[in-house]
Order: sequence, then C-alpha cells, then structure tokens
Amino acid sequence: MLKYIRQFLRRPSGLIGTIMLAVVVIAAMFAPWIAPYNPYERVQVQASDILAPPDSAHLLGRDDAGKDVFSQLIYGARVSLLVGFTASFVSMFIGTTVGLVSGFYGGKVDNFLMRVVDFLLVIPDLPLALVIIAVWGRGLWKIIFVISILGWTYTARLVRSQTLSIKERQFVLRARAIGANNLRIIVRHVLPQVTPLIIAQAVLDISASILAESSLSFLGLGDPTLVTWGNMLNFAFERAISRQAWWFLLPPGFAILWVSMALILMGSTLEEIVNPRIKSHHLFDPRRMVSLVLPVPPEPPAPAPAKTTPTAQED
Amino acid sequence: MIRFDYLVRKVIFAVITLAVVIVFNFFLFRILPGDPVKLLFRNPRLTRQAQEQIRVQFGLDKPIWLDSEALQSGDLETAFDSQFTAYVRNLFQGNLGISFATRQDVGEVLGERVWRTAVLVFTGETLAIVIGVVVGLAAAWRRGTRLDTAALVLGLLTWALPTFFLGIILLILARGVLPSGGMVTPGYAEQNTVAYWLDVARHLILPTITLAVVSASGYMLIMRSSVVEVLAEDYILTAKAKGLSTAQILRDHALKNAMLPMITIIALTLGYTVGGAIQVETVFSWPGIGRLIYDSVAKQDYPVLQGAFLLLAISVILANLAADILYSVLDPRVKVN
Repeated sequence: MLKYIRQFLRRPSGLIGTIMLAVVVIAAMFAPWIAPYNPYERVQVQASDILAPPDSAHLLGRDDAGKDVFSQLIYGARVSLLVGFTASFVSMFIGTTVGLVSGFYGGKVDNFLMRVVDFLLVIPDLPLALVIIAVWGRGLWKIIFVISILGWTYTARLVRSQTLSIKERQFVLRARAIGANNLRIIVRHVLPQVTPLIIAQAVLDISASILAESSLSFLGLGDPTLVTWGNMLNFAFERAISRQAWWFLLPPGFAILWVSMALILMGSTLEEIVNPRIKSHHLFDPRRMVSLVLPVPPEPPAPAPAKTTPTAQED
Repeated sequence: MIRFDYLVRKVIFAVITLAVVIVFNFFLFRILPGDPVKLLFRNPRLTRQAQEQIRVQFGLDKPIWLDSEALQSGDLETAFDSQFTAYVRNLFQGNLGISFATRQDVGEVLGERVWRTAVLVFTGETLAIVIGVVVGLAAAWRRGTRLDTAALVLGLLTWALPTFFLGIILLILARGVLPSGGMVTPGYAEQNTVAYWLDVARHLILPTITLAVVSASGYMLIMRSSVVEVLAEDYILTAKAKGLSTAQILRDHALKNAMLPMITIIALTLGYTVGGAIQVETVFSWPGIGRLIYDSVAKQDYPVLQGAFLLLAISVILANLAADILYSVLDPRVKVN
C-alpha cells in the first residue's frame, strides 16, 4: 500500500493531480471560513450591484442577483465533490458486483448482464439523464441516482475480465479444495485482487460524474436550491454574456476544468501503476482512453513498443 | 457463414435495444409523477374537442399495459387493447403527440429540425476524425518528442473540459468576428441563394469546431496508442527493409491497420457526440434537436422531450448497427465471440 502511494506521488501527474484536488477539498471543507459571504443568505441588492465588476470587497464581482461570485465558487466545490464521490461510489459498487457475478458464474447470468451493459453503452447517456430528470423533477439525490445508474458499465466490464482470469488460478482451486464456498472465494480471494483496479477506475469515474452533473445543471436541470458551478454557468449563460460579465461566466467553468483535470491525472496515474496491461482493456470504452497515453517520465510502461518504434522514427 | 451469424446477432440485438427503448420511453413518461399525457389532456389551452381527441388517441380510458381480466377470459383483442398498444401504434404511424408549448405536431417539429442536428454532427465528426487521425498518427510516429507531449497535454485538457464551457470560451473569443448564434442572419431568412448558404456555413463554424475539438481528443488518443502498437509490428520493419519511405509506411501500413479500431470507437462515442451536440446547440442557439431539448426542458414540454429522446436513441442504435456491419465488411477476421 505504502509502496503504491510512494510510486504514485513520485510521478509528476500523480503529484500535480493530488495537489490540485487538495485545493478543492480544502475549499469545500472550510467554505464558511474561506468565503467572505454566505451565498445561501438573502442579500439587500441595489441596481448597481447586479453583475457589478470585481472590486476589493468582491474579488470576482457579483452575479445577476447581486451576490458575491467568489463565495459561490467556494461553496460550489461542496456540491461537485459530493456528487462526484457519491455517484462514483454507487457506480463502483454496482459495477463491481455485476462484474464479479458475471465473471465468476459465467453462463446465462453472464450473458444477460453483459447484454444489459451493451444496452447501456449504446443508449446516449446525456439525453437519457435529461429526460429522466426533466420528468422526475430536479433534485440533488435524483441527479446522483441517475449518474450512478448510467455510470457503472465500464467498471463491470473491467472487473468481469479480471475475474475471468483470476478464477482460473491455482489459489482459487486450492481455496475450494479446503472447503471455501463461492461467496467466500469471491470476497476473500477474487475481490482483493481487483480492488486496486477498481479504485483507479473509481477516481476516473468521479471526474466523469462531476462533468455529467455540470452538464445537467448547465442545461437547466440542476438542483435549484443549491449553489453549484453548473447552476452558476446556467445563470451566467442566460444573463451575463450580453452584459459581458466575464467574472461571473468564466470562474465556475475553470473550476470544473480544474477539478476534473485533477481527478483524471490522479486516476490515470493510479491505473498505470496498478494495471500494466492497460492497453488491452481500454480500447473498448471511449471515456477512459486518457489513461492509455499519459506520459510516464520515470520508466515507460511497455518497453517492447518503445524499443521497436524508433525504427520508423529514424528518418 | 460466420459473418452471417455475426450480422444476424447484431441485428437482433439492435431490434431488442430499440424495443426496450420504446417500452422505457412509454413507462418513464407515464409512471413518474406528473404524467405528461394526462397533463396534455388537461391542458386548459386546448378546446374540449381536442381534449377528447387526445383522450381517444392515447387510449387514456384503457389499462396501461394489459387488461388481465380479459386475458384470463381469453378475449385477446380486448386484453391487448391498452395504452401501451395505442402508444406503439401511434409511434409506428409517426404520431408522437402535440407540443404543449406550440401545439404543433411533435413529429413535424422533429422532422424540421433533425437535419440541422445531422449537419452539425456530420461536420463536427468529420473534422474530429480528420484531426484525431492526423494528430494521433503524428504523435505516435514522433513518440516522446515535444509534438507528442503537446498533443497529449492538449488532449487531456479538452478531455477534462465540459463541452458547453468550451463553446462559451469560443463564443467569447470569436465575438464580433463570427456570428454568436442561430443558423442564419435574420435578413437572409427563407432565401435559397449562395449568399444564404454561405451565411449558414458561417454560423456553423463555431459549433462545428466545439464539437470537433471535444471528440477529436478521444480519437487522437486512441489513434496514437493504436499506431504505437502497429509500429511495433514486424511488418513495419519489413516494409522499412524493403526501402519504403516513412510516408509510405505510415500511409499504407500503419494508418490502414490502425483505422479499424477507430470505426468501433467512432460508433461507440456517437452517444457522447449526441450529448455534446445538445450542449453545443444550446450554447450557439443552433436550432436543432439539442436546442429543442433545452427549450423543452425549460417549458416542461414533455411530448417534445419524449419524441426528441426517442429520435436520438434510435439514431444512435442504428448508427452502431451500421458500424458493426461496416466493421465486419472491412475486417474479414471478425468472428462470433
């Protein structure tokens, strides 16, 4: 474990990602102390306060309701992290269960579950999430639910393919010989082997969930009672562009970029460390392709191609 | 024989997927609170006659799924005379209901707009594939150089960037240079001239670039890793030993072999591209299906929303089927797994 952490932090992408995420986590945890105003409080507004440009009291100016943009930005980190972590935790749970069952038992169960996965892969995610939220009503937990149930397919495929190879190994046979039942073999012998991969995957999932939430909120389906980056962008897009109030429009967007960049850097670094055969798994999910390509400064993960590639490079 | 088997299996899967989407679409809009058909039927802006017509058309006096009593007594005709069968019948007749907001026929509204989204997705995807293939090939060939690193960093950055935010940034950067939204400058409306189409093309530039940049990063990353693998193959060494130039090797040997996985990826990402198109159309007010969805969400125009989702889902399912068929034609090694 400690070995993994050290390896992780030694890579620039891992270290930079961690620092970037730490900034957001600190902002979210200490929001009431960092933010100069409470964005959930009612404010007395004068006409001149609406979309007022930045000054010393309002670092990033004010929004269309006369509220401090900087404070909203700090508080918005809370919702993004909550959605990201909860949704990816739920999809990790569903994906791991489906993958383990599918890979371990095989046969009809496997066939059925994999068709469900294929089905979810073909259906366009965002339109589906949109219609569900539009009909069901807007709310934080509904958004988290929808993102979770649409986001587990890749984890399921990953865990399944790993389980298929692990269950053929000697130690599974030996465990069975001394009387371990299926549940015990899955939980005690297979699951620990796939856990590192699942964690790497879950970190990448957090970023995907945060991006999904921001898209839904931007399209006007965010939780109306909360201050979120997506909601801010929705308001800003409707009202700030014509007034050229960039201080309201740009910060939430860059905040989303910042946090998703941090998580993608961390997730793909983790994946590289725990999964040396990454290439064979990633061709099949377009969302996770990033991990294929991150530069690895200390040592190349696949030395074979590295040696032969220069033949084409020389001239 | 093997290939035929494979195709049949793919077609059956596509048909089942379509059926599930239709059933899902029916139940989503009926079971969740705020049943839209009942809302439509109670819309005070409709005349009583229109309300009655809707009631009969959607069969609201009938059971939702099956009349179980009639089924038990063996009266199959009554048993299957339900809201669901009425929905499916209406669907196959192209009858998707009436918009709450404009009272237009939903099928007509969608038909009017679908080609605009098709144009946007087509130009965006084409540009994305060209950028992705060229940059991916170059990055793989020059692996480890500055060009490679730059491509990777840019790829990562656009990866983490929400599509709509990229659109907003481009909108700000191109202010005053390119039109900020819509499909034509108002004065040009309804003219079928060269100047009109040039104006449309100018409006298409920013949405196309936004959509292309977002998709291209994925294609570039896949292309790069796929070419890196191909370049390690022995036949590349053979080609080099034969004295072929680098350009020839890249074009005839590396590109062709690396393109195959791209077809699968392009088809698989189409669902995301459609999601991206919704965001792009919203940002640039491009009057296609995506902008329609955004407006319908704000107006709670459920019949339009339902129809638009169905249209997008069907398009993506059919495109995936087409890609599977194309793949089996291009790659004779495809077998049933």
